[in-house]
Amino acid sequence: MSKTVPVRLNVNGVEHHLEVEPRLLLVHAIRDNLGLTGTHVGCDTSNCGACTIHMDGKTVKSCTVLAVQADGASLTTIEGMATENELHPLQEAFWNDHGLQCGYCTPGMIMAAAGLLAENPNPTEEEVRHGLEGNLCRCTGYHNIVKAVLDAAKVKGATVSQESGVSS
Amino acid sequence: MSTTVDGAATNGSSHVGRALRRKEDPRLMTGRASYVDDINLVGQLWAAWVRSPEAHAKIVSIDTSSAKARDGIWAVYTNADLDMEAGLPMAWVPPGVTVNTPDHWVLAKDEVKHVGDPVALVIGDDRYAVVDAAEDVVVEYEPLPVVTDPEEALKEGSPLVHPQFGTNKVCDWSLGGGDLEAGFAEADVIIERRIVNHRVAGAAIEPRGVLAEFRADRLTVWSSTQVPHFLRLFLAILLGIGEDRVRAVAPEVGGAFGSKLQIYAEEIGCAWASRKLGRPVKWIETRSEGMMVTHHGRDQIDYVRVGAKRDGTITAWHSKIIADLGAYQMVLTPAIPPSSAFVMCGVYKTPAVHTDIVMAMTNKFPTDAIRGAGRPEAAHMIEVVMDQLAHELGMDPLELRRRNFIAPFAEGHETPIGVVYDSGNYEAALDRLLERIDPAQVREEAGPLRERGVYRGIGFCTYTEICGNSPSKGVGPSGFGLQCGGWEAATVRVHPTGSVTLYTGTSPHGQGHETGFAQIVADRLGLDPSQVEVIHGDTQTGPAGLDTYGSRSLSVGGEAASRAANKVAAKAREIVAHQLEAEPEDIELRDGKFSVRGSPDKGMTLAEVAGAAYVTMDIPEGMEPGLNEESYYDPSNWVFPFGAHACVVDVDGETGKVELVRYVAVDDCGRAVNPMLIEGQVHGGVTQGIGQALYERIHYDDSGQLVTGTFVDYALPTAAELPSFETDRTETPSPVNSLGVKGVGEAGTIAASATVTNAVLDALRPLGVDFINMPLSPMRIWEAIQEAKGGVPA
Repeated sequence: MSKTVPVRLNVNGVEHHLEVEPRLLLVHAIRDNLGLTGTHVGCDTSNCGACTIHMDGKTVKSCTVLAVQADGASLTTIEGMATENELHPLQEAFWNDHGLQCGYCTPGMIMAAAGLLAENPNPTEEEVRHGLEGNLCRCTGYHNIVKAVLDAAKVKGATVSQESGVSS
Repeated sequence: MSTTVDGAATNGSSHVGRALRRKEDPRLMTGRASYVDDINLVGQLWAAWVRSPEAHAKIVSIDTSSAKARDGIWAVYTNADLDMEAGLPMAWVPPGVTVNTPDHWVLAKDEVKHVGDPVALVIGDDRYAVVDAAEDVVVEYEPLPVVTDPEEALKEGSPLVHPQFGTNKVCDWSLGGGDLEAGFAEADVIIERRIVNHRVAGAAIEPRGVLAEFRADRLTVWSSTQVPHFLRLFLAILLGIGEDRVRAVAPEVGGAFGSKLQIYAEEIGCAWASRKLGRPVKWIETRSEGMMVTHHGRDQIDYVRVGAKRDGTITAWHSKIIADLGAYQMVLTPAIPPSSAFVMCGVYKTPAVHTDIVMAMTNKFPTDAIRGAGRPEAAHMIEVVMDQLAHELGMDPLELRRRNFIAPFAEGHETPIGVVYDSGNYEAALDRLLERIDPAQVREEAGPLRERGVYRGIGFCTYTEICGNSPSKGVGPSGFGLQCGGWEAATVRVHPTGSVTLYTGTSPHGQGHETGFAQIVADRLGLDPSQVEVIHGDTQTGPAGLDTYGSRSLSVGGEAASRAANKVAAKAREIVAHQLEAEPEDIELRDGKFSVRGSPDKGMTLAEVAGAAYVTMDIPEGMEPGLNEESYYDPSNWVFPFGAHACVVDVDGETGKVELVRYVAVDDCGRAVNPMLIEGQVHGGVTQGIGQALYERIHYDDSGQLVTGTFVDYALPTAAELPSFETDRTETPSPVNSLGVKGVGEAGTIAASATVTNAVLDALRPLGVDFINMPLSPMRIWEAIQEAKGGVPA
């Protein structure tokens, strides 16, 4: 095993100090080192987007970022989207519109959708479809995901992730 | 959505029939669900597999020494270390048919037979370290001749995948009925087509994974599987442990589509290694592994020959299926192609229908059930050929279909094959479809587009399928030959305070059982679905079960749940009748209370009944305490959903690129328990069929190398390629079960590939292209257009 390096991450508003191998993927740091298992891994090639999170306000695929590259960054994962009492408007819309089935792509899909709405708060269906083409879902045929994102866009606050304050 | 409920007697307070949002969603949406890789145990080790880069080769030597010498590596195993008497199971023993089935070891013995065949298993402390160590295992191979094409494999002189059989043929299998010869003799027109139904992947977004812990003489295995009950059985047999000491758990499972209906080498290997090392062992598949060694589906070449009279009446239908099973046979591999044969009549009254199947071995990974499992192949053959026939006869494709439709039936229709369809009304589904989409209007729109070089086409499919596995007598050893039954079980346990747990033997992976089954049970016990917790996928907590595949959960498992709930309700009635001094027959469930008919004020809630049953105060003499009932339900027949789909496409005449303009689906899966869940299944199912028709293909080159080994090369549809879908339903109840339901998990996939193919071929006809096979990629379409123009494609 190679030697480790220190990494400082703020995840969902909480500071973490880690010692990691330089080759450790950010998604594994989040999942295995921090125990935040809502962020998933679905491929080896950055195609599926199941690992999508927000890093300093930008949407990133955390399987394509090394933990050391995120040193000093503020991250929001799916665990940071709802408050204790309230779902994020995107989560509420995914629930109402049956925007998920097996749920495996859902955290990444919601994070990607939040990033999309932060950049474009009133997207057309076409813009939503193109905005989500980096996230694969095998269950829903995207129909209800697209519907949920369009519905969430109508709700105030959908473009802000509640804990880290990512917004346009 | 407008839905016709044909005679459905839903009372106003019923939860069945309502589009309730799902009980399972909050944990899934907030990142709190536990898939296999989210579970970690103290002392857990990691596994990695060394896999063959060769499609067919002798293993000359394996040097594990430098891998073993690495820090943190506990063991490196090869076939020589395995002390198992058998390998991966195959469960089909068709009466009267010899099936050539090779041994399939957890680690390859002497030779590798496909790319990805595992040759060594590395166990170590850390997820990254085992991958490093696997790289250090040195395997010397001596390449052997490779065959990847099933027709080549069946020819004399082909390289043999398993030389001990002297052939690559696995078996022949046939099913049919009616006088084929007479049918063809009276035909005015006979057409033949060679249809290639190419190999696809299930490609669930959650890769497979397994965590096995052998501790204190007991084995617990968490696996991303559709079939925990089968997994427990086979692990018990293969490892020589009593089933009572093996527990299999399917935790949250991130999609499966048939690909996790399997007993995999990695599951057996990790369980075996955990026992060997006394530590929990975990393996999580990479996507590249998944494309290589999670079973594929389809991969057959179909020769279809159809006879018809001038007026469109079909007189005979013969299909010859050459099925490529790959290098080994997994749990249902050779049983999948025959599934086509049961529904080769489609929705038509064809008097003579016969299917001959030849199965072949090649140096590719095994095929097995992928969403639809034999029925998409059947529907594709039938419905694409129906359009070809219509064109040959100069008839409208819908008119040809209507002329041949089986007339509506509510209580069974026996086809010449001997299969009895449960209920159907194919005209009604097509009529409903045509209320949604007007072919004449599509043709009108096509004109102006043509001037811009865009060719608009419309395609249809009217399908039926067979699901709801299965009547045990039909599917079992003396019937079709699977070494299992087809029943399902459920336990309804009412707790002393009146909340309810339903344990089901089915094992969902996205379908929404926790909501739909809760709706069924709630209705029967006067509860809200939120008061019914549904537990599934754990062999230790529930009744026995036969898991989830073949669109069986609702029509078999849901019926079992309903029957168990009815038993609870019957006991509740006895207790209430006893306490209120009435007869049990006079107790009715009304507004959440078991009350005396005619005196709605006199009644008890389920909570009050449960209190009485557990405190055992004032229950009838001789009645056992408690309120806990089980049901085992074995269906009397399969169920046969059906529907009519339409698709509109634009094909760019210059590039061959297909754009989906509209997709309209009318499906009939009997009575609806939760219409929202049905729509979701149709959306996903249709997308998978579209994927096969236009984008997806598992492709091996001639040397047996997998060309489409990642999501970069294997093109799953994204949101950007798809339109929003238009869905509708008709409801023709099934007479088979008391719920009147049929399955819907696979219907969309079964209908979609033919629908899309017919639309693309319709678009291409003005360009002189009558027929090409899937996947309808821009390259293939462009080549066909150039050929039709008389040019030579580049």
